[in-house]
Amino acid sequence: MIRLNSKTKLILTVAALGLTMLWFYHLEQNPRANGYLIKILERSAIYAVVAVAMNLMNGFTGLFSLGQAGFMAIGAYTVGILTIPVEARPNVYYISGVAPWLEKIEIHYLAALFLGGLIAAVFAALIGVLILKLRSDYLAIATLGFAEIIRSVIASPQMDTITNGSYGLKKILRFETIYTPFILSAVCIFMMVLILRSSYGRAFLAIREDEVAAEAMGINLFTHKELSFVISSFFTGVAGGLLAMFMGSIDSGTFRVTLTYDILLIVVLGGMGSVSGSVIAAFLVTGGREYLRFFDEPLKIAGVQISLFRPGFRMVIFSALLMIVVLFYRKGIMGDTEFSWDGIANFIYRFLPTGKARRGNGGRDE
Amino acid sequence: MLKVENLEVAYGGIQALRGITFEVPQGKIVTLIGANGAGKSTTLRSMVGLVKAKSGRISFNGADITNQPTHKTIAAGIATVPEGRRVFANMTVLENLKIGAYLRADTAEIKKDEEWVYELFPRLKERSWQPAGTLSGGEQQMLAVGRALMSRPKMVMMDEPSLGLAPLIVQDIFAMIRKINEMGVTILLVEQNANMALKTADYGYVLETGKITLEGSGQELAMDEDIRAAYLGKRAAKKGLVH
Repeated sequence: MIRLNSKTKLILTVAALGLTMLWFYHLEQNPRANGYLIKILERSAIYAVVAVAMNLMNGFTGLFSLGQAGFMAIGAYTVGILTIPVEARPNVYYISGVAPWLEKIEIHYLAALFLGGLIAAVFAALIGVLILKLRSDYLAIATLGFAEIIRSVIASPQMDTITNGSYGLKKILRFETIYTPFILSAVCIFMMVLILRSSYGRAFLAIREDEVAAEAMGINLFTHKELSFVISSFFTGVAGGLLAMFMGSIDSGTFRVTLTYDILLIVVLGGMGSVSGSVIAAFLVTGGREYLRFFDEPLKIAGVQISLFRPGFRMVIFSALLMIVVLFYRKGIMGDTEFSWDGIANFIYRFLPTGKARRGNGGRDE
Repeated sequence: MLKVENLEVAYGGIQALRGITFEVPQGKIVTLIGANGAGKSTTLRSMVGLVKAKSGRISFNGADITNQPTHKTIAAGIATVPEGRRVFANMTVLENLKIGAYLRADTAEIKKDEEWVYELFPRLKERSWQPAGTLSGGEQQMLAVGRALMSRPKMVMMDEPSLGLAPLIVQDIFAMIRKINEMGVTILLVEQNANMALKTADYGYVLETGKITLEGSGQELAMDEDIRAAYLGKRAAKKGLVH
């Protein structure tokens, strides 16, 4: 075991942040040429927020919820509706027109993001009263159903003048630089880390470990489950709003169940109960999905067309990956531990020849 | 301190407690002994509202706590050491203790009580950063007791603290129960190990299929012929080996 002193750790952290900033600055110097990479990074950062929020509920509190897409849709539509410039509205709502009370309301995007999270949280609080008494799979089914209801309501013709029904929204205010989504995502994740480190976070863990014992310690199960659900949904809503700003145009099809599964893949791959695992996996999965695109292109080896490689094949690869993780590597990248420089140091140390020799010593020099 | 009158509990149609009445005076150790399925654990669970009473009345320091939500009862000063220890296995020893103090807000005092529990169980201090699941059975039992003490209870209810532990460790556990009692904590002890429980307790009740059939001081019950035959082993009773 190597233990780095706190000064080294601080230097490493500052260096890592500085390098990231420098890299972003470099990317921003030529946004057109680096557009593809910037897009991938931004999407990863937003998915990281949803993944951490999902982990807070599923990994830390042990409540298996699959309603993420629904809460994201609430946040996304709130931000979308409220940030489309007033002069562009007739153009967006060209089929049925916009509801008169909504016509002139346009708010700052930060306020819209917060409001999106808030509305998602209110929905969570209301349905939480009904469904949080359910256990494991039943809770997953109920939340899944809720997400589908939200999606159908948004797409319904009755909502045409508000959500523009199945035509979707466009001309949503977009990010101007890569900094905005990254800073907002970092703030969201930081706040969730603070919550998890407080005594509430400890109570969530206790509920995951043993509900009966947690209750016998005086933890009010219902209040804490509800709290976890509301906090998780709030940040999921905010992330949905960020996604709307990232994409610029959304429709109800964006928030299908597959979106939830994408996030679930990130959480499982990163490790249930690890914030840093979720963040790392968000970048790996989002990046991997883009860079594995060559699986979708026809491949010829020695003039023979390999029929496996066709559009959609990379999704097969991804599903297979998920199965492999679940079967053989159930704890994911981080398990339930968090990222630390000590961990990195020990990881590298293991691959050094001297490290192996020392370990062969029966670890006596410990 | 704790008074139970005509308590009845039923699971669905099955009557688990058929109207039991008992009392735990302040500063004493009272034990409930009985065989499997007699209703001992049900009694403890109904004290803290983990199962609902069908009828009867439970009062703590004069206040009615029948069917009160668990967290309110814990806040009122009753702590539990659940059957089978039930420590939070993936959380560290220290985190387990902190969960025990969950309903308290006096951070400085909590810190003091952590030290106090560590003084009481030095072994826990050594293992402070270890996940509780890696402790031995005896250590886990100490942690479960320490965790209960962290709420600064007026009374601790223990459900079979000797379950599954080696005889020597059982002796340690009972010595510790006496020690905690001497510090002024009232104790309600549920046990199958009638021999040890009656030796330790000031007063005892015998529970049989949901009814209290006998009561008396620990010594009286330990000498009772029926008890000896039923719980302390027939042969031992005949030969007068049990004291």
